Amino acid sequence: MSRVDIQHVTKRYGTFAALDNVSITFNDGEFFGLLGPSGSGKTTLLRSIAGFIIPDEGTISFDGEQVESVPVHRRAIGMVFQSYALFPHLTIAENIGFGLDVRGVAREDIKKRAAEMLAMVRLSGLEGRYPRQLSGGQQQRVALARALITRPKVLLLDEPLGALDRRLRQEMQVELKDIQRETGITAIFVTHDQEEALTLSDRIAIIDQGRLIQVDAPQTVYERPATVFAANFLGDANVFRGTPVAEGLKLADGTVIATLKPSTGAAIVRPEKLRVAGGHKKAQGNSIEGEIIQAIYSGASVTYRIRTKVLGDTPLLAFIQNQTGEVLATGALVTASWDPEQTIPVDA
Amino acid sequence: MAVSRQTRTVFALTAPAYLWLAVTVMLPLATMFYFSFLTASPLGGKEVSFTLKHYTDFFTKQIYWYNAWRSIELGLYVTALCLIIGYPAALGLAKYIKGRWREAIFLLIILPFWSNALVRTFSWTMVLREPFNILFSYPAIVVGLVHAYLPYAILTCYISLQAVDDSLIEAGRSLGATPAQAFRRITLPLSMPGILAAVFLIFVPVIGSFMEPRILGGKDAIMLGPIIEGQFITAFNWPLGAALSFTMLGMVLIILLIAAPFLKKQMAVG
Repeated sequence: MSRVDIQHVTKRYGTFAALDNVSITFNDGEFFGLLGPSGSGKTTLLRSIAGFIIPDEGTISFDGEQVESVPVHRRAIGMVFQSYALFPHLTIAENIGFGLDVRGVAREDIKKRAAEMLAMVRLSGLEGRYPRQLSGGQQQRVALARALITRPKVLLLDEPLGALDRRLRQEMQVELKDIQRETGITAIFVTHDQEEALTLSDRIAIIDQGRLIQVDAPQTVYERPATVFAANFLGDANVFRGTPVAEGLKLADGTVIATLKPSTGAAIVRPEKLRVAGGHKKAQGNSIEGEIIQAIYSGASVTYRIRTKVLGDTPLLAFIQNQTGEVLATGALVTASWDPEQTIPVDA
Repeated sequence: MAVSRQTRTVFALTAPAYLWLAVTVMLPLATMFYFSFLTASPLGGKEVSFTLKHYTDFFTKQIYWYNAWRSIELGLYVTALCLIIGYPAALGLAKYIKGRWREAIFLLIILPFWSNALVRTFSWTMVLREPFNILFSYPAIVVGLVHAYLPYAILTCYISLQAVDDSLIEAGRSLGATPAQAFRRITLPLSMPGILAAVFLIFVPVIGSFMEPRILGGKDAIMLGPIIEGQFITAFNWPLGAALSFTMLGMVLIILLIAAPFLKKQMAVG
């Protein structure tokens, strides 16, 4: 239950910078998602906070106290590993009680606290089992209970739900969020799963090549991405590049699309903001003519891939709510249109 | 009743091995077991009769059980030293040394295996005589045996240590365990199968060893292994030698039987 402050942290491996001058403040009680492709440095950042990696430059502080030189076991962190890392030779109760046991807490107190933690993750009665006798979801909960029993200042989760199947993952997302809210702990998790990041996080940091791309609430990152990378990484995006003009952006073929704010040469529009109508005719707002090359019907919605002259090989992507029950055929000439306010200028 | 296809396959796969073992191991051992109840070797047309004397001798004559104890004691010393030296080396190899260096060091460990045991032991006589001056003593035997069996300790411990996931140790550290606590509570118990395998592989052959005590031990060489060797080679009393061997096998089995409940628990972990 603390504020974690990262200032100008850099970590190099040879000439490769895994973290390049990263600064973030994780607020007290915040559930924070570090999102990025593999090798982006998100795990390096998490492990630097844990103390497994010592940064070359910069400071890390918990509640204003610098911790770079504090060893892992005295940092008061809780960590949940992707593989759960439950001790196979210890029972569930012993696993959960481990953090108190190494601190020399009395056996009776450990037993009581472990039982409370097991009740919190709804696994009462499994005290005497061994990890291998538990399902993946149960192991995940034990790992969480074990990390929280010492009342750490910050909970660090490394791809916490990565090893679970889709259904269980959605269940655990809700549970994880509930437990985080109940305990009020500052939690930082690493993920490459955008849905997980959107569902769980109060705020998200998008990381690429060791650099922070954007730090914002999930909704802001999605609706107002800062860069083309952020737009593509969190959700799907249609990207337009051109030259900035007074009205917006002038594309290669001379088409001018209006943008929300003046652009610097690139703008994106999310596929679900598009409208698609049959025939080539001028529509309200921004519009582009094209030909449907693929129509995927998935019940509630239809996904169209539309070939346009200006985007060339990259099809324009449109997600259309299925309100009429009709699907436009492949090969149909169409006009896609959208509001200028949904045309978000981004950095290339 | 028709034998299922799977049964036949299993039989076909294992039969050659069992046949080989039956002919080359069980048959000679059975013969030796038979010899151990005879008054003399039935070779060269001697008159022999049945006796339990060689077995009762072991328990009534002090020289045998005293020297049996000396053999067991030697086994304990050598096994303990192999683990004390080998375990840290295995830990270093498994957890701290990576890549090329690891391969190079492995080669150095396995090298003694590739040299002839007799040559190896005789080469020790030179080293132990000149700078150390402990040739023909109990420590010399221990040094020779530890050298011969150390690779077993390093390799078995290495295999079990390498199987200990680093994230388990990190999990322990994140929960507040000091490096020493993490080792004692996580690494050590999880590598127990390797330690036990080393104990089996070292203790049993060491208590029956005769070459190292003979060559390096001088007057301290008197223990069960060399005595048995003497019965076969020098005294030509095969029945006594065989009886002593089977008595030693019996002792090992009893030790294992006593340790079984503990071993079972430790093995279940891995």
